[in-house]
Order: sequence, then C-alpha cells, then structure tokens
Amino acid sequence: MQQNKFKFYSEYNLPVLLGRKATNIYELLDGLKTVPASSLYYHTHKFLKQHHYLVPEPTNDFAYWIRNILMQPKLGEMTASINIAEFNNLEDLRNRLIDILENHDRSGYGINCQKGFEFQFMSCKTFWFKNKYDAANLNEFTEILKKIDISTFYVNIFGSKLRQGKQKNDFEEWFSSIGETELSEKLSNIDPYTLTLDGLRKRILKLIKQYGKSE
Amino acid sequence: MVNLNDYEKIVGKEIIEGLHIIAGKLNGKMMQHINSTAVGGGVAEILTRMIPLLKQLGVETRWDVIKGDEKFFAITKAFHNALHGVSVEFKKDDFEYFTEVNRMNSEEMTFDGDMIFVHDPQPVCLIEKKNKTNKKWAWRCHIDFTNPQKDVMSFLETYINRYDSSVFSAPAFSRKLKIPQILIAPSIDPLSDKNRELPDETIKKIVEQYGIDMSRPIVSQISRFDYLKDPVGVVEVYKKVKKYSDCQLVLAGGGATDDPEGMQVLEEVKEAAAGDKDIHILFLPPSSDIEINALQRASTVVLQKSLKEGFGLTVAEALWKGKPVIAGAVGGIPLQIKHQYSGILTYTIDGTAFYLKQLLNEPTFAKELGINGKNHIKENFLITRHLRDYLLLFLSLLNEGDFLVFENNLQR
Repeated sequence: MQQNKFKFYSEYNLPVLLGRKATNIYELLDGLKTVPASSLYYHTHKFLKQHHYLVPEPTNDFAYWIRNILMQPKLGEMTASINIAEFNNLEDLRNRLIDILENHDRSGYGINCQKGFEFQFMSCKTFWFKNKYDAANLNEFTEILKKIDISTFYVNIFGSKLRQGKQKNDFEEWFSSIGETELSEKLSNIDPYTLTLDGLRKRILKLIKQYGKSE
Repeated sequence: MVNLNDYEKIVGKEIIEGLHIIAGKLNGKMMQHINSTAVGGGVAEILTRMIPLLKQLGVETRWDVIKGDEKFFAITKAFHNALHGVSVEFKKDDFEYFTEVNRMNSEEMTFDGDMIFVHDPQPVCLIEKKNKTNKKWAWRCHIDFTNPQKDVMSFLETYINRYDSSVFSAPAFSRKLKIPQILIAPSIDPLSDKNRELPDETIKKIVEQYGIDMSRPIVSQISRFDYLKDPVGVVEVYKKVKKYSDCQLVLAGGGATDDPEGMQVLEEVKEAAAGDKDIHILFLPPSSDIEINALQRASTVVLQKSLKEGFGLTVAEALWKGKPVIAGAVGGIPLQIKHQYSGILTYTIDGTAFYLKQLLNEPTFAKELGINGKNHIKENFLITRHLRDYLLLFLSLLNEGDFLVFENNLQR
C-alpha cells in the first residue's frame, strides 16, 4: 500500500531570456523551429500560472501575440485552440504549431509589429520539489487538494505529461492504480487548458464526489 | 523588524512553506550581495528588506558595498546615462579609472559566498576575482538596457560574459550574451509604509489635509514631476473628461528642488492647471510614503501616463491597492497590466481620456480590473516571489540542467 501513496510536488519556474525576438510571423516561425523545448513549455503554460484568476483564455503567448499585437484574429484563434491536452511531448506540440503557421495564408506574414512589441523568446528552468503532502487514499487526496497551492497540482496536471512523456497525467494514473478507473476516465475527459486553475481544482473535487467509489 | 511569517496572511501559508522548502536545499550555503550603496536607490531599498528575510529562511546572506570617490561615481553616473541611451563622451582614462577602483575594492574584499551576486555596472569588474574564488557569480542588471551606448556596452560586456549568469528585470532589456539571462522582475513590499493597509480614518485625515473632497471621484497620478511621466498630458486628459464626469485630479510627486528640469515641469503643470480648484498639485517631500499610500488608496482611478519608463513599480503599488489603473504601454508596464483584464494600457491623451470616462462611468468594470490587477500583483510582483526567484537562481547555479527534481533532501 505504501508504494500506492500519491506524492505531491510543487513546481516553480525561473524564466530564461533567450535574447532572440520576432517582429513578424516569419521570424516567429524561424524561432519556433530552433528554440529549446523548454521554451515551448514556458510559452504555452506561463499564462495559466501568471493569470490563473482570470478567464481561461488566452492559453499561450504565441496566440496572444498573433491576435493582440499582430492583429491576425484567425491565425490567433487557430494557435490558441491547439488542444495541448492531447500532447504528451513538447516536440509534437512544436510540430503542430509549425504546421499551423506553415500552412496558413501567408499574405500578412511579413507585416512587422510596432517597435517595442516584439515577441521575446524565453524558456525556463523548471524545479520540482517534493512537498510535505502524501495521500494514502482518496479521502486524504481530497483534503490535500482542497488546500494545496496551485503550483502543487499544476505539476501533476500539466507538467507530468509534457515534461515526462506520460500518457496520462499523474492524477489519472494514480486514480487508476487505486482502482478508481471511472474517476480516472472522467478526469481524462477534461481539457485543463480551458479552465482557470481554481476552476480546475473545483472540477476535480466535484468529479471525486460524483465518481469516487472510496470517497 | 520585519518577520517572514507576517507575509503569510497576505500571500498564504503555502507560499511561505514553499520558500522554506526551497531554502532548505541551500542549507550551509552563503549568498553574498555586492553593490555600490548601502542607502538610497532601489537596489539598497530591496536588499535592506530582503536580507533579513533570507536569513530567517536559514540562508546565510552577506551584503558588501564597494567604495569609490567622487570621480568614480561621476563616471558610473555617466555610464548609467549612456546605458539609458543618452549620448555621453568618454575618455580612455574613464574606463581605466573605473577598472582600477574595482581592482582596489577586489583586493580589500573577501569573497566567501557560494554565490556572489553583483548588482549593476559599478562593481562589474570584481569578476576578475572569479578564477581565484571558484564560486558561482551572477550579475544583476537593474536598469533599462534597450538602447545602450555602444562603447559602454561593449566595455561592460567583456566583464558580464565572464559571469555564470545574468539577471534582467524585463524581457526587452535582454541582450545577445554568451551567458544565461534570467528574468527576475522587481517587486513591492506589501508591508512597507508605502503599501501596507491603512485605517480609513488615517486615509481620510491625510487626504483631507490637502483639501481633497473624499465624497467625489478622485483621479490621481503619483509620480515624479518629469516630462517622461507626462503630467501636463494628464491635466489635458482630466480637462477632456471633466466636461462629462465630475472628478478631482491629484498630481502628487517628489523631486529634488535643485533639479531645474523637475521644477520647470512643476511650473508648467501649475500653469496648465491654473484656475481649476479641483486640480491638486502636491510637491511631496522625501519620506512621504504613508501620504502616497493614502492618496493611492483614496483614488477612484490611478493614472501612470508615462511616455518612457523603467519598470514602473508605481503601477504595481496602485494595483496592489485594488485600484483600476490606466497606464502608458511603455517599459515594464505591459508586464504588470494585461489590457482590459488587469488594467488599461494607452498610447495617447485621447485614448487615456476615453478609458478614464469609461471607468468613471462603469464602476463595476473598474472594480473588476482592480480585483484582477491586485491578484496579478499578488502572484507576480510581491517581495515573496522576488525572494523565491533569488533562491531558485542560487539553486540553478549550483545544479546543472533545465529540469531539476528535488526528492526530500536529495536531487533526483
């Protein structure tokens, strides 16, 4: 039973400036092809954490810049609506972004943004720390989930798949391992990128109440 | 004496626990800060507040200050201006004198820290000692590097590139360097006199002593009297709005009385405001932190109509007080405000007037911006986040890799 304990970690990121910027879509595309994978992670997840109290969108920096700075709403929408939840590695996510930009109408690609509004490519150093929380069963899990800092469940939902290449997020994996297969399946049907982090916390707690057998 | 636990009721228990977890990985390590002044200026202010907190977290911390004479500081002031894009002519002797003062300081100083954290250009050449110390060295740039003068930048880069890491305050300030560049934004301290909660009666007493009517809307800009803060533009904004919405304007700020430009700006503002009893121009003395706090808290809408800006922490101060803020989209301000989510970003006098009318007429929308703005500052621009970033930087210098996992006391 001991190895079935769910161990909670806290995630923190230290942003790294890559000293590279894009003034138009061509330069954005060039950058996307060459920046480190950690840059993809940073630009598709930073907004979630920095603005987690807001409405859920926009979910990534690329989409925000294309739509709000370059004023290309259709392309902005296409990059904003990438279903990041379906990816379990950052290279596939990179290829999807490149695919969208390479196959879109290029008539506005050479238009430069206003000076001072360039897209600044960044990446991050990511730190996971084991914190004091361990859950031995669903009841303990629920009580911990109610009170932990967002950085704690952020790592389990967003980080585990993209940074570790897992097929399921940590919560889904653990629910399955303790026999809560229906709960695990219901959780896999949620797109976490379309919720605020507090909204996501509430949704998971509601699912546990509805489908948790041992709760 | 400020206590780390006092921040718990503001940022939450989990944030403070997180700081302890991270600091726990730095047991027995020492962080050594070096800058050029112990008092005055933003660097000294933040170090004064941060160092006791680092010590409370169990991270041994030391702060050293380099010595220099009038000639040295005249050169560093000229460097500062040149790095901000002002054209300055330097002689070869200036660079030689600068390195010589650094060399003398390096002979007198001991470098005991496991991380040597050097702030700003003044002590940059201390890196010459790196090979003898076998420590990790980081260089922290607190100034705007978007348009630096080439000769000064090239000179500094020969030293900066020898550090293990550099730290900048905003993405736009980053350079093409050979070393990693970390983004660590500045912060405000929610427990300082400028930002702490004030009782309503204190706010009322302070504001009314300036003849301001608390029962009517108050629009304020609290900033130095400086052309780059566009206070005359703010008066124009107010005049455009006043026709449609009753309000008072407060322009409050300090400035040295021996600064001829500051006094000239003040005179121009007074002239622009002449004859309007609802415009209050307040020239505040130094140490007016509580007065500034009260004026911000009494405001209905806060403006920061800057034309050029460093990071613009006055925006964070107003947002922290839950105020709807309309600010120029310059410098570090767009990092603090997402347009129409956590404030309003503008570019012109007409645009600022348009949004000011909107916020005065739509208090529900204004309130929502204020709530989002306060949350954004709480998550990203308080001293606790700044502390965490410094601890993470320290850890990243001691451990290689972009993805570090710490299991209990061991790194995985």
